[in-house]
Amino acid sequence: MPLAPGGLLQLSPEGLYCPAARAWIDPWRPVPRALITHAHADHARPGCGEYWAIGASEGILRERLGAEIKLLPVDYGQLHRIGEARVSFHSAGHVLGSAQIRLEAGGESWLVSGDYKRCSDPSCAPFEPVQADVLITEATFGLPIYRWQSGAEVAAQILEWWRSAPDRPSVLFCYAFGKAQRVLAELHRLGVSDEVLLHGAVDRLMGPYREAGVAMPPTRPLAQLERGADLAGRLLIAPPAAHRSRGLGRFAKAQNGFVSGWMAVRGARRRRGYGRGFVMSDHADWAGLLQSVTGSQAQQVYVTHGQSNVLARYLQEVEGISAEPLEGHFEAERFDEEEAAPASPEAAAI
Amino acid sequence: MQAFAALFRELDGTSSTSAKLEALQVYFRSAAAADAAWALALLLGKRRRRLITGRRLREICLAGTALPEWLFEACHAQVGDSAETVALLWQQRADESPTSASFNESLAQWMDERLPQLAALDGEEQAEAVRACWRSLPADQLLLVNKLLSGGFRVGVSTGLVTRALAQSADLDEALVAHRLMGGFIPSAAAYAELTAAAADHESLSARPYPFFLASPLEPGQLEHTPADAWQVEWKWDGIRGQLIHRSSGCSLWSRGEELINEAFPELIALAEQLPQGTALDGEVIVWQGDAATPESFASLQRRLGRKAPSRSLQRDCPAAFVAYDLLEQEGSDLREMPLHTRRERLEQLRQRWAATHGSEGLGRLRLSATQTLSSWGELDHLRDQARAQRAEGLMLKARESPYLVGRKRGFWWKHKLEPLRLDAVLLYAQAGSGKRANLYTDYSFGLWNGEGELVTFAKAYSGLDNGEIRELDRWIRAHTTERFGPVRAVEPLQVFELAFEGIQPSKRHKCGFAVRFPRISRWRTDKPASEADSLASAMALMEQQP
Repeated sequence: MPLAPGGLLQLSPEGLYCPAARAWIDPWRPVPRALITHAHADHARPGCGEYWAIGASEGILRERLGAEIKLLPVDYGQLHRIGEARVSFHSAGHVLGSAQIRLEAGGESWLVSGDYKRCSDPSCAPFEPVQADVLITEATFGLPIYRWQSGAEVAAQILEWWRSAPDRPSVLFCYAFGKAQRVLAELHRLGVSDEVLLHGAVDRLMGPYREAGVAMPPTRPLAQLERGADLAGRLLIAPPAAHRSRGLGRFAKAQNGFVSGWMAVRGARRRRGYGRGFVMSDHADWAGLLQSVTGSQAQQVYVTHGQSNVLARYLQEVEGISAEPLEGHFEAERFDEEEAAPASPEAAAI
Repeated sequence: MQAFAALFRELDGTSSTSAKLEALQVYFRSAAAADAAWALALLLGKRRRRLITGRRLREICLAGTALPEWLFEACHAQVGDSAETVALLWQQRADESPTSASFNESLAQWMDERLPQLAALDGEEQAEAVRACWRSLPADQLLLVNKLLSGGFRVGVSTGLVTRALAQSADLDEALVAHRLMGGFIPSAAAYAELTAAAADHESLSARPYPFFLASPLEPGQLEHTPADAWQVEWKWDGIRGQLIHRSSGCSLWSRGEELINEAFPELIALAEQLPQGTALDGEVIVWQGDAATPESFASLQRRLGRKAPSRSLQRDCPAAFVAYDLLEQEGSDLREMPLHTRRERLEQLRQRWAATHGSEGLGRLRLSATQTLSSWGELDHLRDQARAQRAEGLMLKARESPYLVGRKRGFWWKHKLEPLRLDAVLLYAQAGSGKRANLYTDYSFGLWNGEGELVTFAKAYSGLDNGEIRELDRWIRAHTTERFGPVRAVEPLQVFELAFEGIQPSKRHKCGFAVRFPRISRWRTDKPASEADSLASAMALMEQQP
């Protein structure tokens, strides 16, 4: 359903719009002023007049949207006056520089969650609980079958799997931005200090993480690996788009695994043809979604992305919170769609 | 149990045959006999008993989690499997860490005692016991137990691979293990010990049929470099493959699915009794009237299958015959190493002696599969085209020098099936699949035009599209749904598919008036508008062309 006219936020053809701030949040089309929750491609799109985003995401936004974009870096918790509205960004715990955006004007406050997760992640700032009158939350994994183990536990499984094959390479597929660095940071915490190989699409996003001081094992882009190098026992991290691509021919004998929340379901893993599925997501699980909704103390909740109907119905019927799915071009990752690795000469060469 | 759970995880987590083989061997070498016996039975799919239905598991789970039923449905749609949905939902509430004590029980203890005990309870007592069992399990092993309870345990290993792993771990010949496994395996430590015992010189496997030798589909150009007359050519009959045996222990008729079907075919057991003791025949069970030139269609055989005690009138209307292909055992000795032409000669002599003494009544009951020889490969497809007139499915080509091997070994026996029949039909309904295809619309129903310009449902098909096409069609279905009936979506009648099938028969149970065998999608006709799809009249015409 659409948002009621006259509220602090409106749903326009360009996306969520705040008339008081004359700003759009994660707009789908070019607009004069965009407030960006995080740098994933379905939230940050090119062509806007100015971008407001957390400073830590600047490197990635420029990498993806162009070095010349007009970007106003902000800090977590800072209060900004934009037009008639007071706007603040709060950590969402999703990826480096990800934020929930809170807007307030005319005695009304709204919180747009963006994508978020509640569990600990050494590669980004932790989720900050924020209160508002109205909450717009995501529901990518809005089913009670999704319940995450901690990143440390999953990383230990990954490490055990990697070490169990000393005679051949291991290829770990995961989203290039966020998940790859989270896995690396967790492996570092487990004491891994061997060099990890990176597909070009992953390597390109490492700079901002290193600059932010995220501790990770040493890495090397695949393009810089000598011909004929011994790959036995090596770990390569690559985006899902590279699965079964010709570029990974040297890894034909490798064991492979996929790191994603979708891997919680056996059929989803078998359909994709990955050997091993590691269940780790940068989105909130069912319990995390419920906890965030109740923690926000919102009187009205709108649900976007993925299982929006299910979560809204549950909030309404079971939790007694006024909630509705919000329709629009909110994209959710589906099993069979992956965050595409951006095309680049480097990626094509590998 | 932990070891079996680990084996399940390993088999499920790799697509490499050698890794699976190794994992199986490691398990068989280290497991206790009673556990290995159960693991074997489960992996071969020989003990897939449903102890508690998926529906009941779901009921028990819902009562213990306070989740609304509609939410379970939403989860099930995403997961595509009841046992797994229950396992995932249960973890959601499990905050106490598992006691895990009970999980140290062996696989055999679970299969022989714990799970049957759970199944024997009812009502609230059962619900409580099942939940207590779930509470005792680590999260990742809940799934396994639920699969075992609901009889849905499956993992990607073939019978051949399991047999090979077992044979290698016991240092036995693979064919011997395959033979020892024929005719069923009831898991117990004793049965497993017998199965893996060292080979004896004159081993008696008198209670068991031989493993069937299977043909592979012939691809064009595969045999042209060999002399055409090195091959024995037969019709590929459209019945069920069987082994008819007379030994001192009695007579038996085994299906290819290793089921004993004596009771369904008393006239063939009577036939076996007329054969000398120590005889095993490989052949086709088929319905064939005494003096007819061709057999009845598969539909007649279906009336006989699964009937425990067929009435006299049914036996008269649909008389069963055994069309013999091969002689596997004579006077108690195994002939499988001999070349086919020698076995065939002996088979012909056997049939002749039988006909001389018992032929007067029921002469058509034991038939020899007619053989032909090609003088050149150019004759092959011409001969195959005559199969339909013979009510056969196509041709079999067997190397005259071939031994009788175990399973599907390429090179000696080939099947050359008739080109399928085809019709262009319109997609009417779609339903989501399960398991790997959960949440994807992959089960389709198709219609043909009737005289009044309406589409009438005529066949369902589940296969034939590649993954890319399945995803594309899934998106199309979601965007063009006109109505929903539970899990089924009616779609706009716009997409045309060419369906291939093996035969078409009149049927009273089908709205369109006929039934097709093995329908599958052969092509997505994006070039055809729905109005140009085939009609019921074209289906009738196909039916009339058949003998």
